[in-house]
Amino acid sequence: MTAPRDKFGRPIVVVTGMGIVTSLGAGKTDNWKRLTAGESGIKTVTRFPIDGMKTTMAGAVDFVTVDPFSSTSLSERLAVMATEEALEQSAIGSKGDFPGPLFLAVAPIETEWPQRLEVARAVETKDFGLVEYLAACGSGKFTSFHRRFTFGSVALHLAETFGTKGSPISLSTACASGATAIQLGVEAIRRGEADAALCIATDGSVNPEAMVRFSLLSALSTQNDPPQSASKPFSKNRDGFVMAEGAGALVLESYDAAMGRGATILGVVAGCGELTDSFHRTRSSPDGKPAIGCVRKTRADAGMEPNQIDHINAHGTSTPENDKMEYLATAAVFGEHTPNIPVSSNKSMVGHTISAAGAVEAIFSLLTLEHQRIPPTINYEVPDPAIPFDVVGNKARDARVTAVMSNSFGFGGQNASLILTREPA
Amino acid sequence: MAEPKEVWITGIGLLSSLGEGLDAHWEALAAKRVNVDEQRIAPYVIHPIAPVSFDAQIPKKGDQRQMEMWQRIGTYAAGLALDSAGVKGNQEILSRMDMIIAAGGGERDLTVDLAIMNADAQGNLPSGAINEKLMNELRPTLFLAQLSNLRAGNIAIVHGVCGTSRTFMGEEASSIDAARNAVARIGAGQSDIALVGAAHNGDRGDLLMLYQFGGFSLKDRYVPVWARKDKPGFAIGSAGAFLVMESREHAEARGAKPYAKLTKVVADLARRKESGALTRSLEAMWPQLGVNDEHPVLITGATGAEPATAEERAFLSEHPGLAVRATGTTFGHLVEAQFPLGLALAALSISRGALYPANDPTGFEVEKAGAPTQIVVMGAGHYQGEGMALVEAVK
Repeated sequence: MTAPRDKFGRPIVVVTGMGIVTSLGAGKTDNWKRLTAGESGIKTVTRFPIDGMKTTMAGAVDFVTVDPFSSTSLSERLAVMATEEALEQSAIGSKGDFPGPLFLAVAPIETEWPQRLEVARAVETKDFGLVEYLAACGSGKFTSFHRRFTFGSVALHLAETFGTKGSPISLSTACASGATAIQLGVEAIRRGEADAALCIATDGSVNPEAMVRFSLLSALSTQNDPPQSASKPFSKNRDGFVMAEGAGALVLESYDAAMGRGATILGVVAGCGELTDSFHRTRSSPDGKPAIGCVRKTRADAGMEPNQIDHINAHGTSTPENDKMEYLATAAVFGEHTPNIPVSSNKSMVGHTISAAGAVEAIFSLLTLEHQRIPPTINYEVPDPAIPFDVVGNKARDARVTAVMSNSFGFGGQNASLILTREPA
Repeated sequence: MAEPKEVWITGIGLLSSLGEGLDAHWEALAAKRVNVDEQRIAPYVIHPIAPVSFDAQIPKKGDQRQMEMWQRIGTYAAGLALDSAGVKGNQEILSRMDMIIAAGGGERDLTVDLAIMNADAQGNLPSGAINEKLMNELRPTLFLAQLSNLRAGNIAIVHGVCGTSRTFMGEEASSIDAARNAVARIGAGQSDIALVGAAHNGDRGDLLMLYQFGGFSLKDRYVPVWARKDKPGFAIGSAGAFLVMESREHAEARGAKPYAKLTKVVADLARRKESGALTRSLEAMWPQLGVNDEHPVLITGATGAEPATAEERAFLSEHPGLAVRATGTTFGHLVEAQFPLGLALAALSISRGALYPANDPTGFEVEKAGAPTQIVVMGAGHYQGEGMALVEAVK
């Protein structure tokens, strides 16, 4: 008997383990319970002073602490937590010995303010300039900062902890990063290069400068009070996204390898697609063509017709532009089938986990398939008439779901989509 | 699995401290020219980018303004690579060209940073004041000049490379993996043509901070890489190095000429806490390349940082007969861009039928007579990550 392949003759890629941390909690059970109950993880920020900020709330993961605090260390910790859960469920390999490569979506890394100021206090001269500051950097007291703030540091720690094979790949495709990590894993398995891949996406970026940066681009919601109402995808009065933290980890395997070891198959990554938008650094092309092309490529990659998609886990950031563009792209691809597709945005509750979002939402999509229940889009009080999606507003909906499309669109023209199914097509 | 498709390098784009374009680089290498600056951020030695008018590849001033230097260098070099491959402006090809780029982050506003740090050090930074200073003083679009994936974003905007776009991060290893991933995808038919590369700006105080934490900077005086044993470290350099890679079929179908073929890329993450781990990793990768030339050439991105360079040298010493070239001597350390630069110089040397002369007063690098048929490109990160590639003449 030949190995089971998809309709294009490629190895089928299945998911055998998932782990998740968001502002709603740690683990699939808690997250799913609170997500389907329509609870919000968005709160007023308490991690640092919010004086002078236009936006004062976020979906920070405050129940996980790292000491000394840095967004990089928090990202690493969240990734470890999600990965431990995924590996336990998958029962693949053995402890510290994962039999495949690591693909890690992680926010760009740089030295952060607490550490920058710690060095400043060690500068010997008053009114110092760059060269005096550099001398303090090189005093030998801060070698741990080099280890912490190199871009490869999180992947190094994860690769050593979980024993992944080969050179780990850290990537950033902005808000599409999580989807890209999954896509790289799918491609490696389809090439026959690996039987298993560990795809992790993490983001612990709620720090003052990151909030200021997004705020200066007018990307964030300023509807601070009450914080849990700020993220309102597809609503007429939406005004921006809410920054959030989280991590998602997925164990991908070839169907063969998973069946061979008697693993439980949680779902199938049936298709991936990507198409770059060259219109503008932060805005998407007004004609929606790149997003349309991305969704079309994904459908073609999965070999599925529009009417086979019965739920869209939207990127749905709650920015005025994204949600409108996402509708246009969806309507262009799905045509008259569009109103039949229930659409929901997890970001209404967990916020926008940025680098982690693609993986976090892929996991929620797989849980939707498992439970045959679509999580709500909360704060859906004033529907935007320009976005006539069948939004699963405010209350979870039981539905027959066999295939979910999960979209991710990011700064820099990054568009990526996934199609996830319960069973191999 | 089917036999992997042959991957050709059909475009090379180079902009560096030596100048721009292949001829300028070939001449500068032949003349053993090095552009180094010991004064600008003294005592730190850097290699600044050569003077260049960005208009030739980034015609809109508005686009140039939206970028910081690391992005301009990369976007410029990417344009040169597309020109060199003969695909510049070819919408049909660019719209499906894949992009795999290695990047760190972008320049910070050091004036703002230093003002905040001084205020804090003098006890004049009340809690929360940092937010206000950042809100008021950071240029709103600076973020877009910092985000790692925005170099790729700018290449898409300026040159229209729009198939897929992936930015890998993680210092030296990120570009080794970018090349490895491109070869794997093209080899397996998952991609027909890809733009692969990286860029680095050495005139950056914020980068020096990161490397100074680990004490990795070359100070006071420039010396070639192989002569840094008593004073290890690297001078950060400036270059954009981009390659157009495509399947042989795709290149032949459009009548493109190859500079060379990229036969194999391997990478590893040695457990460097153990002494000798890097040497052992390099030894383990070497046989995977399929080197059969009796007098092969090896272009290394050796940094001059220790213990990495000593371990690399231990590996090289086990392979007598190798004609070695360390790009760090001429260009400085380009971090993400070091490996693509090595690939570019390897492909260039093969296409010109000669290896450029050694530039090494210690005599470790030897001359190579005749046309090279196989060139190994090696990269060992200053701290982690290592890999090798085999660049060969197309038969």
